[in-house]
Amino acid sequence: MTFDAIIIGAGHNGLTNGAYLAKAGLNVVVLEKNDYIGGASVTREMHEGWLYSSSSYVCSMLRQALHRDLNLTRHGLLLVPYLGTVNFGDDGSTLTAYTNSEADYLELKRHSPHDADSMFRFQSDLGRYAQFIRKTLLRTPPDPSSFRPRDIRELLWLGKRMWALGEKEIYEYVRFFTMSAADFLEDYFENDLIKAAMASAGIIGTALGVYSPGSAYILLHHVMGDVDGNIGAWGLARGGMGAISNAIAGALQEHGGEIRTNAGVQKLLVKNRKAVGVVLENGEELHASIVVSNLDAKRTFTKIVDREDLPPGIYEKAKNFKIRGSSGKVNIALSGMPKFTGLPDNRYINQGGQGFTGSLETMERAYDCWKHGRWSDDPFVESVIPSAWDPTVAPPGKHWMSNFVQYCPPELADGPWTPEKRDLYGQSVVDKIERYSPGFKDLIVHLEVRTPHEMEVETGLTEGNIFQGELTIDQLLFNRPFPGYAQYRMPVKNLYMCGSSTHPGGGVSAACGANAAREILMDLKRPNTVPEDDFYDE
Amino acid sequence: MNTVDQYAGERLKKTHFYPRAAALNIRDAWAAWNGYKFAECYYDAEYEYFCVRNSCATYDICPMQKYYVEGSDAEAMLNRMVTRDVKKLGLNRVMYTVWCTDEGRVVDDGTIFRLADDKFMLTCGSPCNAWLKLSAFGFSDVTITDMSDEIAAMSFQGPTTCAVLKKMGLGGIETAKPFDIRHFPFHGDTLMVSRTGFTGDLGYELWVRPELALDLWDELYAAGADYGIQPFGEEATNMARLEAGFIMPDMELHEALKTINFEHDQSPFELNLGWLVDFKKPHFNGRKALLKEKARGSKYTLTRLDIPGNKPAVEAILYNNERCSKVIGYVTSAMWSPAVKANIAMAMIKTEFLKGDIWAEVYFQKELRQYRKVVLCTVIKKQFWTPARARATPPPDF
Repeated sequence: MTFDAIIIGAGHNGLTNGAYLAKAGLNVVVLEKNDYIGGASVTREMHEGWLYSSSSYVCSMLRQALHRDLNLTRHGLLLVPYLGTVNFGDDGSTLTAYTNSEADYLELKRHSPHDADSMFRFQSDLGRYAQFIRKTLLRTPPDPSSFRPRDIRELLWLGKRMWALGEKEIYEYVRFFTMSAADFLEDYFENDLIKAAMASAGIIGTALGVYSPGSAYILLHHVMGDVDGNIGAWGLARGGMGAISNAIAGALQEHGGEIRTNAGVQKLLVKNRKAVGVVLENGEELHASIVVSNLDAKRTFTKIVDREDLPPGIYEKAKNFKIRGSSGKVNIALSGMPKFTGLPDNRYINQGGQGFTGSLETMERAYDCWKHGRWSDDPFVESVIPSAWDPTVAPPGKHWMSNFVQYCPPELADGPWTPEKRDLYGQSVVDKIERYSPGFKDLIVHLEVRTPHEMEVETGLTEGNIFQGELTIDQLLFNRPFPGYAQYRMPVKNLYMCGSSTHPGGGVSAACGANAAREILMDLKRPNTVPEDDFYDE
Repeated sequence: MNTVDQYAGERLKKTHFYPRAAALNIRDAWAAWNGYKFAECYYDAEYEYFCVRNSCATYDICPMQKYYVEGSDAEAMLNRMVTRDVKKLGLNRVMYTVWCTDEGRVVDDGTIFRLADDKFMLTCGSPCNAWLKLSAFGFSDVTITDMSDEIAAMSFQGPTTCAVLKKMGLGGIETAKPFDIRHFPFHGDTLMVSRTGFTGDLGYELWVRPELALDLWDELYAAGADYGIQPFGEEATNMARLEAGFIMPDMELHEALKTINFEHDQSPFELNLGWLVDFKKPHFNGRKALLKEKARGSKYTLTRLDIPGNKPAVEAILYNNERCSKVIGYVTSAMWSPAVKANIAMAMIKTEFLKGDIWAEVYFQKELRQYRKVVLCTVIKKQFWTPARARATPPPDF
């Protein structure tokens, strides 16, 4: 079989890439190793009547312009913002983030009048940094060493926006990229629970602690998204995260693209240093003039591409690509809504999330466990109960709770993961929640525990790293995935990458897939089908 | 101490659901409608809007005007007053219609319920006593009763509404088609349910005697507890109706009887409601003028627009060129649509310019500084939001 383009991996970025190539008239096939599509943006019925967003569970970065352009609403996607989050401190105190600004201020003031006021400065500083990054999401990073007009133009564009921050802020900004979340927050806040609650976004999905340099940027990465212009808000996809992939798949098929499941790729076919197709695990050969890998950089260059076909150094770069497994996930079906100690029976609070944050120290100790190859004794758990709002994911009156756990090592000090160890690990998470919600255990109907091992086996993400590679400055913008290869073109001619290993990284933005499509179409001298981001550039 | 409220005469009235609604109006956000205290929002307008699109929500429509029109001449009287053919309205069915002046300008829009062969209920946004009396002139057997304060009414909208009504014990409600009316025994009286609404989504309107209003609220909220039930106010309503492409008084419609300037009111054709005008039936108010308008074409046409960017084009002026040298219309309502993820608007545009480019001059503010953008709009033929469940019978449970 011959196609214009083969895309490896039907995660949301692969599907987006395929949709835009198909929209340009290319004959496209997206290959998926599983018998279902979606990758880590997937909904699966793991227990009868309960639909789990098994991997990713909330959404805020999905590019609105892509949603609009691909008519994802017509293809069944409805994104609903969820309300605030309650953070639970070690000492039993709680901090609720309300959507209403007056309520939010009063809640912060209850903990610290200083911090309540300081929050304004914090939000505007963070907003300024986020605005800068947000504008780069649907753009290809410039190559700073190139003199091609396009790269120079793009560098100037970046420079102009950087300059617009003002001299003082440029220094602050550069400093910000190398700081730890905890140090950054120290500049603003005095209350530990407030600091801990804010810092938690700096460690999600990353093998860093709140005191590790670089974690401040990850914090920013988690607050720069928006839902309908509400910056920093997070949303749920009605029907679970699979609704995102399914809607994009709908757009892909509308434009004539094809999806093949149960079609794992074993090897990239290379002839005369050019990618010419793939060999499937069942031995079938598919040919195409373009091959796009939606797999992570490490998997692409250490598993799919033959080392012999790569220029010197690339295999080593891929092997050393920072994509460490650090998180786990426990999906729980519940027979009723859990009640939490110290919280009023405010149903709106239940419709947000729960952050079992503890304190900065607890989070750092949780990281210590990871360093020593153990799951955290007292982990940071970020939970959401999507069924409190989405009537489609659990039977009426029943609930499903998504629990994201930091930290969980890819391999344990005493050897690989076993089902027994996995269950013990799951138990430790349930125990943590039970501490804040007595009786929680009695509500459990079904439990799915996912360590980095399960995530890797299912989604193909190396070590189960949710971002397809850590979001640290050495792996961002023109350094992502490797310096010199940030423009989606890979060291083998006609091979491209479109996954979160590329700019702008993880977070279900669909931007990686769209950006890669724009570059491919440019190389093919075809008209661009990818829209620009839809905010007015004032 | 003086316990008499000296200001009682100018305070707003409270609707039949007020005790429950007030307890849930956490933001104390009240506006007014026809003399009643009326919620702008209860918790968060966008949240409430999403309940309409994602779960279910209630909207207190007690302040809406309701009239019984009864008698052997009732049908003939209404048929002379409104533009649609009331003869075609079956028993226990509802129709949406407008009524016009002799000049063919819209007085108001509303719904007509046929409750019996010779009994109708007419609902509308603004008080209509005088116009009804005038319209009844010359008919001997027609009685008009203002029921506005005598019926408690609640709109119940969203994808889980049918499931909730079933749970509440309204057996067979799932067989009700859009615009059907059903009656259910309720505390020794009757609960009337119509499959109608103003959101473009699956939904119902519930009608009871005022004494039963709180029972209705309590039973609906008990049944809806596991289905995400939430009250919604004016702001969320306005979002939902714009996505559904419905006109709003004082936004798209300037009532003819309240209009000072020549033709600053609208005709049904201008409002893109030509499908409501039935020339096959004999004389009705405005018929002659509307026939003439139909033949020569309307000056303006209400048009749905998709506008680039993400800043709502509120009150934007429209032009036929980017230099903004020729005005061709104006935006009546605009919003960012969270469901559709588009910058949508309705606009009154001079019909002759509909075929050419439509440019919107959008003003927006960023930290107090004013900005202006001129952008090329796209005309959208269909409603922005049309879920299949809104038309499905039986409707899905969510």
